[in-house]
Amino acid sequence: MPLQQVAPVLSNIQIAEGIFLLTLESKEIAQLARPGQFVNIRSTDGSLPFLRRPFSISHVHEDSIDLMFNIVGQGTRMMASRRVGDTLDVLGPLGKPFGYEAHFETAILVGGGLGVAPFPLLTRYLKKHSKKITTFLGARTSRHIVSTNLENIQIATDDGSSGFHGTVVSSLESYWGSHALPGPKIFGCGPTPMLRALSETAQKLHIACELSLEGDMACGVGLCQGCPVETTKGERKYALVCIEGPTFNCNDIILR
Amino acid sequence: MVKESFTLRGVEFKNRVLVASGTFGYGNEVKELVDVNLLGGICTKSLSWKPRDGNPPRRIVETPSGMLNSIGLANVGVEYFIREKLPYLRTVETVIIANIAASSLQEYGDVLSLLEKQEGIDGYEINVSCPNVKEGGLSFGTDCAKTKEITASLRRRTEKPLIIKLTPNVTHISEFARAVQEAGADAISVINTVVGMAVDIHKKKPKLSTVTGGLSGPAIKPIALAKVYEAAQVVSIPIIGIGGIMTAEDALEFLLVGATAVQVGTANFIDPSTGVKVAEGMRSYAERYGVSDLGQLVGAMESNKEFSVLQSWL
Repeated sequence: MPLQQVAPVLSNIQIAEGIFLLTLESKEIAQLARPGQFVNIRSTDGSLPFLRRPFSISHVHEDSIDLMFNIVGQGTRMMASRRVGDTLDVLGPLGKPFGYEAHFETAILVGGGLGVAPFPLLTRYLKKHSKKITTFLGARTSRHIVSTNLENIQIATDDGSSGFHGTVVSSLESYWGSHALPGPKIFGCGPTPMLRALSETAQKLHIACELSLEGDMACGVGLCQGCPVETTKGERKYALVCIEGPTFNCNDIILR
Repeated sequence: MVKESFTLRGVEFKNRVLVASGTFGYGNEVKELVDVNLLGGICTKSLSWKPRDGNPPRRIVETPSGMLNSIGLANVGVEYFIREKLPYLRTVETVIIANIAASSLQEYGDVLSLLEKQEGIDGYEINVSCPNVKEGGLSFGTDCAKTKEITASLRRRTEKPLIIKLTPNVTHISEFARAVQEAGADAISVINTVVGMAVDIHKKKPKLSTVTGGLSGPAIKPIALAKVYEAAQVVSIPIIGIGGIMTAEDALEFLLVGATAVQVGTANFIDPSTGVKVAEGMRSYAERYGVSDLGQLVGAMESNKEFSVLQSWL
C-alpha cells in the first residue's frame, strides 16, 4: 500500500560524476519498501516541471530511503539543489518488487549506468535469503561508477578506464565463459538498449532473467495508462510498467 | 453550513467536484490514497464494447504546465468492467458516471444499453471528443450533426443523466452545446483535451507515437474557461467545467463563468486527492464570502457584455 508524504531531505550528495544520492526521511516508506520498487517524486510545488518523477528505491535505513539520480532536466536539477531540511512530496513505495526469494542460488546483478540504483537494497535482501551474488556494473568511465553496498563487483567501462573495456552485457558474457555461477538468475536494470541486449544474452544462455524497466509515467499508480510495455503474456497487448512492473520476467515483455 | 450539492435529472451530487474520465481509473486504483466517498462523483475511464489495447508508446509527454497524452482509450471493455470493476464502484458513496467511447453510433448504443441493465451506474458521459483514435473520437465530436445524432439516439435509450463531453477543437463550441441541448442532453462537459504535439529535435521525430495528442493541465485552463463561458451564453443545461483545475481557486473561476460543477483531471496524476481538496477549498471560500449555496456562484461573474468580443459570433 503506497503512501503520500512530505519527506524532509536528510542529505543530498554527489557520489560520482553527475550522480547524486538523496536521502529522505520516511520511516513508513523505509519499512514498506522492497527491492525493485520505486517512489514518484514531485520536485516542486508549482507546475514547472508539472509531473512527478519516478526513482528506484536504492536503499533503506531505519527511518529513511536513499534515491540515486543524475541531472537530466529541470526536475532532477531542482532535486539536486535541495538541501538538508528542504522537503519533497513522495508517493510510494510503488510497483512490483524483484523476485529475490525465487528458487535460484546465484544472483547476477547487471546494472548499466544509473541502473545500479536498486541494487544496494536488492543485495541486502539477497544476502538475507543466503543467495550468492555477483554484480556487473557498466559505466561510461571509471568516474561514473557507483559501487557502494554491493558484492563481488565486476566493472565494465565504455572507455576502458576501469575493468572490462566494453559494455556490461559483453563483460557478463565474457565472465560467464570462464567462471561457474551455479543456479543463476539475472537481475537487470539500465537503459532500454542494454536491457534488450541483456535479455537476448539471458535467453541465449538459458538463464532466468528479471528486468527493471523505465517508463514515461505520470501517476505511477495505474491511473494515466501512460507507461505501456508490450507483453507476450495473455490476451492483452500491453502491460503497465508502474503497477505490473517495473520488474518483469524478460520472457514476458518485448522491448522496442 | 454551505450547500454544496446539485441535482442533475433527479440525481443528487453531494458536491460540485467530480474526477474526470481517464484520470481516476475505475476508482479502486487509489482507494488507499484518497477517500473517494468525499468526491461529488467519479467519471470512469472510457468504456468501449470490446477491450482496447490503446496506442503504442510513447503515450505521454510532459509540457510546460501540462502534459500531452495519446492513450488511445485503452480500457477493459464494458463486460469486464461490469464483472470486475462495477462491484467496487457500487460500494462507493458517490455518483458514478460511466464514460462511454465508441467508434460507431451502434456501439455507443450497445454499451449504454448494457450498462442500463446494471445496478450502480447513476448516469452517462459520452466521449465524442477523444483526439487520439482514428475512428470515432474527434471525427464525431467535430461534426455537429453527428454529435447531435448520437445524443438524440442515446437519449432515447436512457432516463438517467446524459452528459456529452465536448471538444474544444472546433471553431465555435457554442454551436455544439446548443445542438446537444436540443437533442436532449442533460449537461455538457467542457472541455476534453486540446490537440497538441511535441517534437524530439535530436531524433527529428514526434515525441508521441501518434504524432499529435491531447494537451491537458493548467496550460489549457484559460482555453477551457473561455469555452465554458462561450457555451454558457447559449445553453440553459448545466455545464461541467474541465481543464487544468489544480486548486479550489481554479474551480471557482469555472463556476463564475458558468459551470455548475467541475471535473478534476490531470491533477489526479500528481495528487489523487486533489478533487477532495478542491471541494474543501470551495467550501472555505463560500464560508469566507458568506455564500450559503455554491449554486449562487454559477455564472456570477460580472462582465460588461458590450465589450465581449465573443458576443459577436454567438
